[in-house]
Amino acid sequence: MDGSAVDSYVEAFDELATVAPVTAVAQSLRRAAFERFSALGFPTTKNEDWHYTSPSAIADHEFTLIPAPSGDVKPSELAPFTFGAADWNTLVFVNGRFAAELSSIRAQSGVTVLDLATAWTREPALLGTIGTIAGYENSAFTALNTAFMYDGAIVTVAPNTEVERPIHLLFVADATAAKGMLHPRNLITVGRNAKATVIESYVSTGDAMYFCNPVTEVSIAETATLQHYKMQREGSRALHVGTIETHQARDSHYISFSFATGAALSRTNIYTTLAGEGCGATLNGLYMLDSDQHCDHQTMIVHAQPNCYSREVYKGILDGRSHGVFNGKVYVHPIAQKTDGKQTNNTLLLSDTAQIDTKPQLEIFADDVKCTHGATVGQIDQLALFYLKSRGIDAALARRLLTYAFAADVLEKIEIPEIRDGLEQMTLERFV
Amino acid sequence: MLEIRDLKASVGDKPILKGLNLTVNAGEVHAVMGPNGSGKSTLAQVLAGNPAYEVTGGSVTYDGKDLLAMAPEERAQQGIFLAFQYPVEIPGVSNAYFLRAAYNETRKARGEDEVDPLEFADLMEEKLAYVDMDTSMLTRSVNTGFSGGEKKRNEILQMAVLEPKLGILDETDSGLDIDALRVVADGVNKLKKPTNATIVVTHYQRLLNYIVPDFVHVLAHGRILKSGGKELALELEERGYDWVTGASPVGAGAAA
Repeated sequence: MDGSAVDSYVEAFDELATVAPVTAVAQSLRRAAFERFSALGFPTTKNEDWHYTSPSAIADHEFTLIPAPSGDVKPSELAPFTFGAADWNTLVFVNGRFAAELSSIRAQSGVTVLDLATAWTREPALLGTIGTIAGYENSAFTALNTAFMYDGAIVTVAPNTEVERPIHLLFVADATAAKGMLHPRNLITVGRNAKATVIESYVSTGDAMYFCNPVTEVSIAETATLQHYKMQREGSRALHVGTIETHQARDSHYISFSFATGAALSRTNIYTTLAGEGCGATLNGLYMLDSDQHCDHQTMIVHAQPNCYSREVYKGILDGRSHGVFNGKVYVHPIAQKTDGKQTNNTLLLSDTAQIDTKPQLEIFADDVKCTHGATVGQIDQLALFYLKSRGIDAALARRLLTYAFAADVLEKIEIPEIRDGLEQMTLERFV
Repeated sequence: MLEIRDLKASVGDKPILKGLNLTVNAGEVHAVMGPNGSGKSTLAQVLAGNPAYEVTGGSVTYDGKDLLAMAPEERAQQGIFLAFQYPVEIPGVSNAYFLRAAYNETRKARGEDEVDPLEFADLMEEKLAYVDMDTSMLTRSVNTGFSGGEKKRNEILQMAVLEPKLGILDETDSGLDIDALRVVADGVNKLKKPTNATIVVTHYQRLLNYIVPDFVHVLAHGRILKSGGKELALELEERGYDWVTGASPVGAGAAA
């Protein structure tokens, strides 16, 4: 690997223990992760997992650590990102650090929501699983995040508890984040037979170039359900690599939705392991790109036990010279009989210069399973466009309606009305 | 209202219409009949402005304006309506949203106020009765999963909502059983006014039992070969199209 790219992180790592102290256990985890990162280096396109996405825009830059609270974000600047929902629990992080004055959390028995920087000293018992779900052995970005982990959100739901309001983790970067690096670390633990909704948003109030590298670990206990939304709406120069890794116990349900429309370069990894029988995983997503944006989704659903199902629909709307990548893996272990898996990736190209690389992948080692996958790439249907116009509908509106219609089926599956309505509106307005 | 002069049109490199003439006045119903491949649907699509068809010659004047210079949406806003032979399915867009968008865009173009969803619901109640449809039709996606009969009724419903000056029905009877045919034809008849006109494009005479034409034209080889009154349709039904078109198009220059 190219040593110089990694060298620039050594100094930042050396000062970390002083400027961003964690528990002794966590500090040794950080050190191990940093050593792993140094050994791996940043991936190149020779790495199969990064074949269509070059992270060189990240590897070639030096980013500074922003350990102390910074930035100046007004509550009104957050309005475009809160989906008009006044009653959600919202944790706001500015340039990677928790901003209590912008956050609002209503106490509910059995629900613990706090920032990681506080949790190291106040609730270390909640952090036992940190680093056990998201492996960094083979991922330089997860290793880097683990090496620099300090702040982020901790959500712990006690058994048999239904979280009343969605929990919104809103990570905002402002102009002062320029040339900075952010490594938010989140841990979501849903207890036995509990139910929760968590939304992670990554947004910018300015147009700064910065590197955001969040990792979220999710543990869902038996018969529990988590609805998990990720909204990537960063500024047009932002660089974003985000990973979500989920562990599902028997009869648990994980419903994930990834929406990506921001950043110059973004990569979202969503991995879930169905580690007990009777689990269900639903991974849906929508990405809308234009100009020179590059957006890559890699998903992995590991069927490790029998009688589980997984459903996945990812849709992309690509305009300008944008480049979309979808790599969806479904891995079925030999003992995972009666697995029922279905995966689809559909792309709508709105320009001749937009590009998609789509790679659905099934790896099946059990013999009694039902798994399908498919991908389509198309353009606006000219006949449908003419049909709408022949009813007096103006050409621009007709195009918008058909663009919206393309995304409608994944949007309709969103169960939180504020998010569904918000994304429907964005889909209708984004492309004209 | 409509003057078609020496109209020529192609699909790809293939000429379909080869000099077609037709005049339609307000209050009239014209039937355009002809064998498969004669150019009937091409005529309908060209009048509506489908960009897949290229006009290579001639002129079409609508209300004194050059129709061929207008975009499809403009034609619709000016009162032209094509009931499609194969209505297009648009999954993800509800029929109600679609109809209201069409209605409001047309009103906007005429300088009238847009209506809100509640006002529109009242209007729909009245219009649905024209084609014997219930409100459940409105919440479904446009034509998606509709039966053949439902699709055709949905076309006439749109026509009832938009109240065109010139309605063009392209093979509206195809694929319909006799009951559905009656409902659809009934809807068209209820919309008839002295100020509007209808062009009925059809292969069979049976639709004309319900929508009675003032004029019948036989279209073949890209031209209108014969015109007459409604009795011409019956004669065609009895004697077949060969009677007019023949092996060689004798008198092919005869204009309407």
